[in-house]
Amino acid sequence: MDIRRRTFLKIAGLTGGTLVSGGFKNAQAVIQDPSLPDFSGMLIDTTMCIGCRSCEAACNEANKLPPPKVPFDDESVFEKYRDTEPDVYTVVNRYPNSKDPKNPIFVRRQCMHCNQPACASACLVKAMEKTKEGPVFYNKEKCMGCRYCMVACPFDMPKFEYNKAMPYVRKCTFCYLRQKEGKKPACAEACPTGATLFGKRKELIEIAKTRIYQNPDKYVHHIYGEAEVGGTGWVYLSSVPFEQIGFKTDLGTVAYPELTKGFLYGVPIVLLLWPTFLLGISYSNGERKNTKEGWKDVYSR
Amino acid sequence: MFIQDNSIIMDVKKTFTFILSEIKPKGKVFTPFNVISGAIILLGIILIIFRFAKGLGAVTNLSQEYPWGLWIGFDVVTGVAFAGGAYVLTFMVYVLRMEKYHPIVRVTVLNGFLAYVFYAGALLLDLGRPWNVINPIIGNSFGVNSILFLVAWHFMLYMIAEFIEFSPAIAEWLGLERIRKVLNSLTLGAVIFGITLSTLHQSGLGALFLLAKGKIHPLWYSEFIPILFFVSSIFAGLSMVILEGTISQRVFKDKISPEHRASHDEIVIGLGKVAAGSMFVYFFMKVLEIIHGGEWNLLFTPAGYWYLVELCGLVLIPCIIYAKGVRDGSTKLLRVASILTIIGIIVNRLNISIIAFKWDAPVRYYPSWMEIEITLAVIFAEIWVFRWIVNRMPVLNEHPFEKDIG
Ligand code: SF4
Ligand code: SF4
Repeated sequence: MDIRRRTFLKIAGLTGGTLVSGGFKNAQAVIQDPSLPDFSGMLIDTTMCIGCRSCEAACNEANKLPPPKVPFDDESVFEKYRDTEPDVYTVVNRYPNSKDPKNPIFVRRQCMHCNQPACASACLVKAMEKTKEGPVFYNKEKCMGCRYCMVACPFDMPKFEYNKAMPYVRKCTFCYLRQKEGKKPACAEACPTGATLFGKRKELIEIAKTRIYQNPDKYVHHIYGEAEVGGTGWVYLSSVPFEQIGFKTDLGTVAYPELTKGFLYGVPIVLLLWPTFLLGISYSNGERKNTKEGWKDVYSR
Repeated sequence: MFIQDNSIIMDVKKTFTFILSEIKPKGKVFTPFNVISGAIILLGIILIIFRFAKGLGAVTNLSQEYPWGLWIGFDVVTGVAFAGGAYVLTFMVYVLRMEKYHPIVRVTVLNGFLAYVFYAGALLLDLGRPWNVINPIIGNSFGVNSILFLVAWHFMLYMIAEFIEFSPAIAEWLGLERIRKVLNSLTLGAVIFGITLSTLHQSGLGALFLLAKGKIHPLWYSEFIPILFFVSSIFAGLSMVILEGTISQRVFKDKISPEHRASHDEIVIGLGKVAAGSMFVYFFMKVLEIIHGGEWNLLFTPAGYWYLVELCGLVLIPCIIYAKGVRDGSTKLLRVASILTIIGIIVNRLNISIIAFKWDAPVRYYPSWMEIEITLAVIFAEIWVFRWIVNRMPVLNEHPFEKDIG
C-alpha cells in the first residue's frame, strides 16, 4: 500500500465516519423560527364553541362540497366521533367535560396549516405548499396521488378520494382564495360566538395568552399549536387537558421537516465522496491495462 | 464510411428478424407452472383495468387511516431490499475485484434490474394520478426537500445504471461485437454510479418513514431507520441471490457450464460469509438502538414479543445458521438460513410499513385478495420475463471476461 493510497483511504474513512455518526442526527428543536413571515392563523377557543356547526355549513358552501349526509342542524351526529372526509373539510365533535359534566365540550377539527408542514416536506412535486399568507395550499394539478403527505401529516388531515378514477387529495383550504380577496375564511365569518377567530397568528397567540392570564381557572395553561410540531397556524384553547378532547399531546415541538434534514444533508456528501472512494478501491485492486491481447483487467490478487 | 452504410442497414435488418424469431416461446407451452401463472397474470391484468376505471378503493383495502398498503409495503419497500443483491455483488466483483463471484454477476444484475422494473413499476398502480409521475422528472415541480423525490429519481437512474451493466449481454445475444465492446467499457462507471445510488435509495426508503414519527410503534421507529435499511439490504439481497441461485441451478440446468456448477458451492459459501457478517452488524445495531432509545420495557408487551420474534427468530438465528453453514461448508444450511432471512426481511419491512404503522388504530388494514392477486401477478410476470431472457441471452452460461481476453 503506497502512501498516497493510505492517506486517501484515511480521508475517505474519516468523512464516512463523521457522516454516519453525525449526519443523521436531527437538529435541535426550533420552537418558533423568527424568520417565518407573519402568517394568518385561527384561534379556536373550545370554551366558546356551542356545537352549532355553522362552520361546517359555511365551509360546505364556500368550497362547493356535496350536500351532507346528515343535515347541519341535526344533533344526532354528535353521538359518534367523526373524522374529516374528502368532501368534509371540517367537523365538530362533542366530548364529555370532566370539569363541568353538564356542559359538554365541542371541538372542531380540520387541517392545522402548520408553520412548517409535514405534508409539504413529504410532497415530491410541491403540490402541498405553505403559502406566505398562511394557508397550506394544495395544488391539485401537480399532485400524483402518492399519498405520502397522508403518511407524514401528524394530524391525519389530507384525505384521499379512493373511489374516483381521477382522485385528488382533499383537505381544508383555509379559504386561500377568499383570503387573497381580503375576505375572512367562511367559517370564521359564520361562527356566531367567536369561537373561531381569524387573524394574524402572532396576534392570536397574544389574545390566547391574555385569555389564559385573565381567566387562569377557566383554561388549562397551554396553547395547543403554539409549539406543537414547530407551531401550527391554527391554535386551540381548552378548559380541560387537551388529550381529553382528542388531541395528540405527544407530538413534540420539533418541526417535521427537521426529521429528514439530517438525511438530506448527507445525500450530496455521499454522492460526491462515495464514487471517488469506490473508484479508488477499484483501481487499487486491479486495473484495466492494454496488453498484447487487448484491454483486460489485471488483478492484484 | 459510405460503403459501410449499406452493411449497417443489413445489420439492422438481420437483428430485427432475429429478435422476431426469438420472441416465440421456447420449449413446451402448457406446463403446469405456465398455466397457473398465466391465469394469475391474466386475472391481474383484468383487476388492474378495473382499478384504473374505478379508483383504488375498488380493489384495495386502503383507507384514510392507512394510505399505504401491500403494494408499497411489500412490492416496493420489500422488493427493492431484495434487489440489493445487485449492488452488493457488483461491489464485490468490480470494486473489490473478487473474481470468484464473476460467474453470477450477470444473473444477479438481471434480477435486480427486473425487480426494479416490476416492483418499482408496481408503484404506478398505487399512484392515484400516475400520469403525473413525470412531474418530478421533467422538473416542472421539484420537491427537492422530499425524501420521496430523492427515492424516485434514484430508482430511475439506478434502472438505467443496471441496464447499462446488463447491456453487454444483450449485445452478445444480438451478435453486435463492436457495440458490446463499447458497452463493456461503460460497466465500471455504471457499477460505481449504481452502488452510490443504491446506498442512498436503500437508506432513503427507510428515511421515508422518518416522517411517520408517532405513527410507527416506538420499537420500530428510530432515527437510524435509514442505516438499518441500508445494512439489512445487504443480507436481504445476498440471501435472495443464494436462493435464486439454488433455483436457477435446477431449472436452467442445461444452461450452466460444468465448471460454473462446480464453483457454485464455493460462491454460496462466500456469500454466506458476507451475509452472516452484515447480519451480525445489523443485530448489534438493533440492540444498540433499543438501549439508546430506552425501550426495554416495551419488549414485554405483545408488540415487544413480535419484535423479539423478528429480531431473534429471523435475524439472530439465521445469522448463526449462516455462520455455522460457512464453517461446516454446508450449502444446505446456507439455504435454510437464506430462506429464514428472506422471511425476516419481509416481516421487518411489513412491520415498519404496515403492521407497526398505526399499531393502535381501532380499525386495522389487511390487504384485500385483489391486492394480493395483483402482487402475485407482478411477481409471475417478472419470472416470465426473467425466464425469457435467460433462455436466450448469455446470462448464466458465460464468463464475460474470458471472451474479453480471447
Ligand atoms: S395539519 Fe397536516 S395537512 Fe395540514 S398543514 Fe399540517 S401537515 Fe399539512
Ligand atoms: S399525494 Fe399529492 S399532495 Fe400528497 S405527497 Fe403525493 S403528490 Fe404530494
